[in-house]
Amino acid sequence: MNDAFPKYKYISTPQLVREDRRFAAGGGNYVADIEKEGMLHIALVASHHAAAKIIEIENENALSMPGVHLVVTGADLAAETSPLMNGLDTPGVRRFPLAVGQTRYAGEWVVAVVADSRALAEDAAEKVRIKYEPLDYVLDAEKAYAGATPVHTEHGSNILLDKTFVWGTVEEDFAAAPRNLSYRVTWGRNSTVPIETFGVLASWNAWTEVLDVWASIQMPKYADQISRALGIPSTSVRVHYDVDVGGSYGVKRGIKHSVLTGYISKRLNRAVRLIEDRLENMRAGDAHGPNRIFDVDVAYDEEGIIHSMKIRALDNAGAYAGRAPFQLGKPIGAIVGPYKIHSVQYQAISVTTNMAAQEAVRGFGQAPTNYAIETAIDKVAYELGLDRIDVRLQNFIKSDEFPYKIPSGTEYDSGDYHAVADKVMNYADYKNLVAERNRLRLEGMLAGIGIAACLEPSGGNSSFEPLLNPKTKTTTWMDSCRIHVDALGGVTVSIHTTSAGQGHETLASVVVAEGLGIDPKKIRVVRPDSLNSLPSNTPVGSRMAIMLGDACFEAAEKIKMHLRKVGAHNFGCDIADVHFIDGTVFGPERQQLSWDRLVTICHREFHNLPEGMSPGLHASHIKQVPSGTKLPENDQVQMYPCHSFEFHLILVVFDPILAKPEIKRYIIGHDCGTIINPHIVKGMTLGGIAHGIGAALLEEFVYDEQGQLITQSFMDYLMPSSHEIPEIEIVHHCTPSPLTVFGQKGSGESGYLGAPAAVSSAINDAISDLGISVDKLPIKIAQLSDAIAAADGKN
Amino acid sequence: MKLALNINGTRQEVVAEPRDTLLDTLREKCKLNGAHAGCEHGVCGACTVLVDGEPIRSCLMFTVQADDVEITTIEGLAPCKGVLSVLQEAFCDAHGMQCGFCTPGIILTAHAFLSCNVAPTREDVVDAISGNICRCTGYGQIVEAILLAASRLQQERAETLAEGTST
Repeated sequence: MNDAFPKYKYISTPQLVREDRRFAAGGGNYVADIEKEGMLHIALVASHHAAAKIIEIENENALSMPGVHLVVTGADLAAETSPLMNGLDTPGVRRFPLAVGQTRYAGEWVVAVVADSRALAEDAAEKVRIKYEPLDYVLDAEKAYAGATPVHTEHGSNILLDKTFVWGTVEEDFAAAPRNLSYRVTWGRNSTVPIETFGVLASWNAWTEVLDVWASIQMPKYADQISRALGIPSTSVRVHYDVDVGGSYGVKRGIKHSVLTGYISKRLNRAVRLIEDRLENMRAGDAHGPNRIFDVDVAYDEEGIIHSMKIRALDNAGAYAGRAPFQLGKPIGAIVGPYKIHSVQYQAISVTTNMAAQEAVRGFGQAPTNYAIETAIDKVAYELGLDRIDVRLQNFIKSDEFPYKIPSGTEYDSGDYHAVADKVMNYADYKNLVAERNRLRLEGMLAGIGIAACLEPSGGNSSFEPLLNPKTKTTTWMDSCRIHVDALGGVTVSIHTTSAGQGHETLASVVVAEGLGIDPKKIRVVRPDSLNSLPSNTPVGSRMAIMLGDACFEAAEKIKMHLRKVGAHNFGCDIADVHFIDGTVFGPERQQLSWDRLVTICHREFHNLPEGMSPGLHASHIKQVPSGTKLPENDQVQMYPCHSFEFHLILVVFDPILAKPEIKRYIIGHDCGTIINPHIVKGMTLGGIAHGIGAALLEEFVYDEQGQLITQSFMDYLMPSSHEIPEIEIVHHCTPSPLTVFGQKGSGESGYLGAPAAVSSAINDAISDLGISVDKLPIKIAQLSDAIAAADGKN
Repeated sequence: MKLALNINGTRQEVVAEPRDTLLDTLREKCKLNGAHAGCEHGVCGACTVLVDGEPIRSCLMFTVQADDVEITTIEGLAPCKGVLSVLQEAFCDAHGMQCGFCTPGIILTAHAFLSCNVAPTREDVVDAISGNICRCTGYGQIVEAILLAASRLQQERAETLAEGTST
């Protein structure tokens, strides 16, 4: 299909990102900017205990304060709403917006106070008294797995998921391989922590029976979930998608906030708003990321060829199920990374503990898995005394082997990993980079080169759901576009989701412009509300370039076909002889109808329309994900359709005493197929790497032994500033995907998927001569410095 | 209590409680929503506004402290509706943002920085914005935007100077 588009007019050109103008002017429309008449505000009372029975709630002193309207408890919600959705078949793990009967982590919301202002609501919240009876709690995932007191008594254990997959002849491959090694690596509990906290404004109108919702949301089936939980018809929930979301990267899934706010709004017949403060966000926003222990066994040979792997991934989901267990499922679609590994065993375990609940984070579990896989490659190279890049090159899938089916059932669409690695090595002058590392070492510094080669599965489907929960029978995962051409020829494109900085308005305008051959600046892009929208599954799973991009293109194709029919009728010829070029329709004898004429015929000249054609000019397209349309068979499934590739090569240096890593060079080779907008892809890649550097070196939600979150502010939870992020050099390569219209693949998670592995690889290279290694992220300065000091003491 | 604030060149009377932060007052009373609440403890910089030309955290300043100062918010940077400043244009041309939430604070910080450093190096720019957290961009295109603005402003000044000498 790519051959049909040898050159593009707008695709791949540096079109300005249209959303930027309003943001640069301070004119973004974020949820906290939206006010409704008579709007009330919510503040929350949180549990101080990791686990405790709620004995009594005294709220009279709060309720009697002027300006306070309502105090809500979990018992109210349990009586009047349905539990929040569970993806897995775990009916005993029930979750309501507020704790019901007992609390399950420190910070969990117990009581909501509603008042005229947020300040008043906070004042009143301080007057609420709750009597607790502390209960046993568990924080350690291994202890939770081994049988510690269940976080949810009704569930009977802490195990949400424990499934072992065996793809191929694992035991035979291990028995036949001359060498094997084992290791454990741990991915710490961090998240993407957007600068905007989650917020929601809900307004129930008792006369129209509609709940209007404005929220900083990024979540599929959001309106449906509100409808189900509140027990109101789906047509009574109107989510406004024209709200700018101040960063999400997966985590803006405030369903509990939204159900709570909707419930209160309905009960009071008032507009009600809940904007998390930073503390609420960090300790109870349901926004922590994966927290995972990997135990890995690798079977390999003397040449460094890896034959088989056994991976046990134990994930600490926190106190409720949420989407956490599925984040163990998505990586199954790239469980061997970019490598030809013959067989794999994968045990995926998700356990509840008394920590904040985990939610979807950029990559949906892929970044931790890539870190575990890349560690294997480095370790094999070290064991054999081989160059780490050579080992990767030896194990890479070759470009002529695509489409390539991995043992777990997913077919990779396309790629040329050797070409990308070669480009990066040449660009970086790899030998010189090694020489520079060695020179730094001679100066008494610890210096290391980090390498990571990994995949970004993109195009998001939900194949992990039926794979991990056979009761789920869904294979549909779509996105949509509607094009409306008005009577003056103006083109308006509708997209049906919120965005969190990914530039979807730009994407839609550029693709439709390409299809219709008109200037993207002339295209208006709007976001109707959920009651006016076609289905969308929102920007998850690096899917919008693929799914919204193709939907927009196909809708434009339908407009073109419609206009060719109009042309054929007016020219009196066969449609096959009619061509659409840049907005004009041409007949076989040089007849033509301009855009203006065509629009006029469609809108005003019914007498010139073919028989049976409706007046007006519009088209819609609902795009189904290009692969993953079958249910799993024999524990195998096609996960995401497209596979972007990234190759990180970095140089890190640090003083052996201070151990503060400085990234001297950061080069990334990036192949996401055809780039639709170079500005946006560059921004995603740089931003993803920054997230990855944060996860590798700084960011961690830390609990003390009593289960109290001790990183409660940005002075404790450290994120990279401009000082921590080096000038990153991007080396582009383009292997088009055969599955998409322009050959595009996803890039929303790029950079993040390999950066933590690359940083870990560099630091381990730097300290390898000391005979030590670090096997847990984040690698904090103090821990690194202590490890070096201890090693020096021994030597 | 009643007080008068000088915001973007206009004097505005507001009523504020002693505990109200300048951020709260700008957003809730003055309806200037470009300053954003990110952390409300002075770390992230999303609430940055200029006070007498200097970037400050409006979440850490009480409204009652803002009497008799000149406050500039992001709404005060654009010369008129629909027209952006040179610096704001540069942010659009370099795509120095994604979600836009930290953007007003960073642009104001950069505005103050460029008013006293007309020919900055990359390192200067990195230093200047190191107190503002951006989670989307990894800072690369923000730094490019500020350097682009610096060179355009230099060019503008050179042209103005040339016009001045030629007439």
